[in-house]
Order: sequence, then structure tokens, then C-alpha cells
Amino acid sequence: MSIFYPVQLLADWLTFDVFRLTGKKLLASTVNFFIYDTIKIFILLTVIIFAVSIIRTFLSPEKIRGILSRRNKYIGNFLAAVLGIITPFCSCSAIPLFLGFMEAGIPLGTTFSFLVSSPMINEVALVLLLGSFGLKVALIYIGSGLIIAIFSGVLIGKLKVENLVEDFAFKNKLNSSESGIKMTWKERFNYARSYTGQIIKKVWYFILIGIGIGAFIHGYVPVDFLARYAGADKWYGVIVATIIGIPLYSNAAGVIPLVSALAKKGVAIGTTLSFMMAVTALSLPEFLILKRVMKTKLILIFAGIVGAGILITGYIFNFIL
Amino acid sequence: MEIKVVGSGCASCKNLLEIARRAVKELDLKIEIEYVTDIQKIVEMGIMQTPALAINDKVVLSGFVPDIKTVKNKIKENE
Repeated sequence: MSIFYPVQLLADWLTFDVFRLTGKKLLASTVNFFIYDTIKIFILLTVIIFAVSIIRTFLSPEKIRGILSRRNKYIGNFLAAVLGIITPFCSCSAIPLFLGFMEAGIPLGTTFSFLVSSPMINEVALVLLLGSFGLKVALIYIGSGLIIAIFSGVLIGKLKVENLVEDFAFKNKLNSSESGIKMTWKERFNYARSYTGQIIKKVWYFILIGIGIGAFIHGYVPVDFLARYAGADKWYGVIVATIIGIPLYSNAAGVIPLVSALAKKGVAIGTTLSFMMAVTALSLPEFLILKRVMKTKLILIFAGIVGAGILITGYIFNFIL
Repeated sequence: MEIKVVGSGCASCKNLLEIARRAVKELDLKIEIEYVTDIQKIVEMGIMQTPALAINDKVVLSGFVPDIKTVKNKIKENE
């Protein structure tokens, strides 16, 4: 029995006893799905973001930088990708983080592993994947995300493209004074509470819209309707999905519940994964911000490698699942 | 006392600037808050996550937008 069984009971009660939708099968199924998914996802969001925020208070960027600057290449890439999961990634921090890593002498490749994984695998995406797709797809997403982040970093490291980073990134001498922020448990909880509130405030309407459209599709679109256009046998599905995903960055929260509904109607799972990864990892605004510290050529290399990784992931999972 | 809000111009950075201004006003302090957006300066201050709040050149908050109560407390602690 799922731990969300009580939520299902509540959704059933609201749909059939309160709204009395017993006679209207399609509408009832839509409303029921909407209520159930909304409650479940908001419970998951609150619990998981809160937990991740508490963990995060123990791993400041300064500490992460310390961990990463003492590692050799491959282990460094792996750790950078893993640590990227729990750090929040607002594109406004991209530059200071990048420069902070560079001045500590962290290799460019390791820094890129972090830059890839941090936005791609974040707690909001994880909650929505878990809530809309279930554990298996969520784990596949994390696994392939980590692999893409590690490989992109290793590859960029091998290309020796340090000359494409603006010179001043290397000029700064490491500010040896450790950040003096020490937190008590009360402050950790306060931070987690306010961060959780902030994120939910920022994404709730995207999520509601996403679940809403998803619920409509769930209720009214016939099963396998989309398989004709976006099934696993359609070679162009993954490419189209990746391209559509690039400009959707700020709406990542709403996109996931929506695509989960599409996946149930026949869109192949690899195509769905590529789409979600393109939404989170290939972000136009982030590229524009990064232009302040690196040459366009490096951004294109970066986007090209990550994009290729996303396409390969899509094709592999369309093939094996 | 010198208060700086450090940000790269994103929405949450402006948000923190707003909150800090309100906090200063509510505490009846006569301080102009400095808004730092220059990347070089941000890095020199050792800040890796914006928005950040610095009081007398000491970074007291970094990486998120706190509520006004927290900002007031930080100002009082570092007065």
C-alpha cells in the first residue's frame, strides 16, 4: 500500500461525496487526479525541500570548494556532480560560484561537472519526478544526470580550453578568510523553513497549471493517443523534445507533471527524459550570464556536450525500456 | 556601521535589498545601504552565492533571501 493511500481516500471523498461527480466518468477522473496529485506533490515538496535545506546548512559552497580542491581529476568530477545535487542553483549564483571555484584552483572540468549537475538534478525536479513518475524514473533521471555531468566535465577537462575563460577568473587570489557564518540548530531550521517557503511560493502556480493540464490530459486524452506521434519508434522524438525544452527553463516545475501525463498517453520514456533534462540543464538565461566570464565558444562546447549527452540518454532509454 | 547587499542583479537580490532597506528603516538607523553588483568585488569579498548581506565587511548571510526579522537580528548582533 502506498503511503499516499490516505490522500487517495481524501481525493475520492472530495470527488464523489463532496462534488458528486459519480455520473460523469471523465470529469470525475480528471478532478480526482488533480486533487490527488496536487496534495501528494505539495506534501513531497515540503518534506524533501526542508530535508535538503537542513543538509545544505552543513555544506556551504566554501566547504564544497574545500572538498573539491583536494581531489584528483576523476574523483573530483564525481564528487562535484554529487555535491551539485544538494546545492541550490539559482542562475544568479552561477558567476560567483564559477569564479570561486576557479580561484581555489579547482580544475575547469570539475567545475563544469558541478555546473551541469547543479541545475539538472535539483530537489524540486526530484520531488516532481518522484511524485509524477515514481521511483524508477526518478532514479534513472538521477543516474543518467550524474553520468552526463561527470562525462561533460571530464571531456571539457581533456579539451584544455582554459584559454576560453576570461583572464580575470584566474587573477583573483584566494580570499583565505573562511566565511565566518556559523549556524545554530535554530538557525538551520529557520533557514530550511524560509527556503522551503520561498521555493514553494515561487513554483506553486507553475505546478498547479502543470498538474491541471496533466489532469485534463489524463481524463480526456485516450491512452496511447500520442504513441503515434512520439512513441519510441519515432527517431525524431528525442531531438524535437530536447529543442523544445531549451527555452522552458523557468517553468521546470510545471513541465514535469505535464509531461508525466503525456508519458502515460504514449510519449516514449526516453523522449520524456530528454525533454526534462533539456528544460533543467540547457538554460538560455544561464548561458547568457556565463558569457560574462567565458568566451561564447566555450559555452557552445559546454552546451554541445551536455546536449549530446541528453540525446544519447533519450535514445538509450527509448531503446531499452 | 556599513551595510552592503551583494547581488548579481537577479530578482532575489533586489528582494533582499528591499528587505534590508525596510529593516534599517524599522530599526530607525540612518544608514545608506550599498548595493554591490560588480563581479570582481563580489569575488574579492569571497562570496560564492548571491544574494548576500555584509555588515562592516563581514558576510552574515549568503545564498538566500531571509525574512525581515532575521535581517534585523543580524544588524543588531553586528552593531
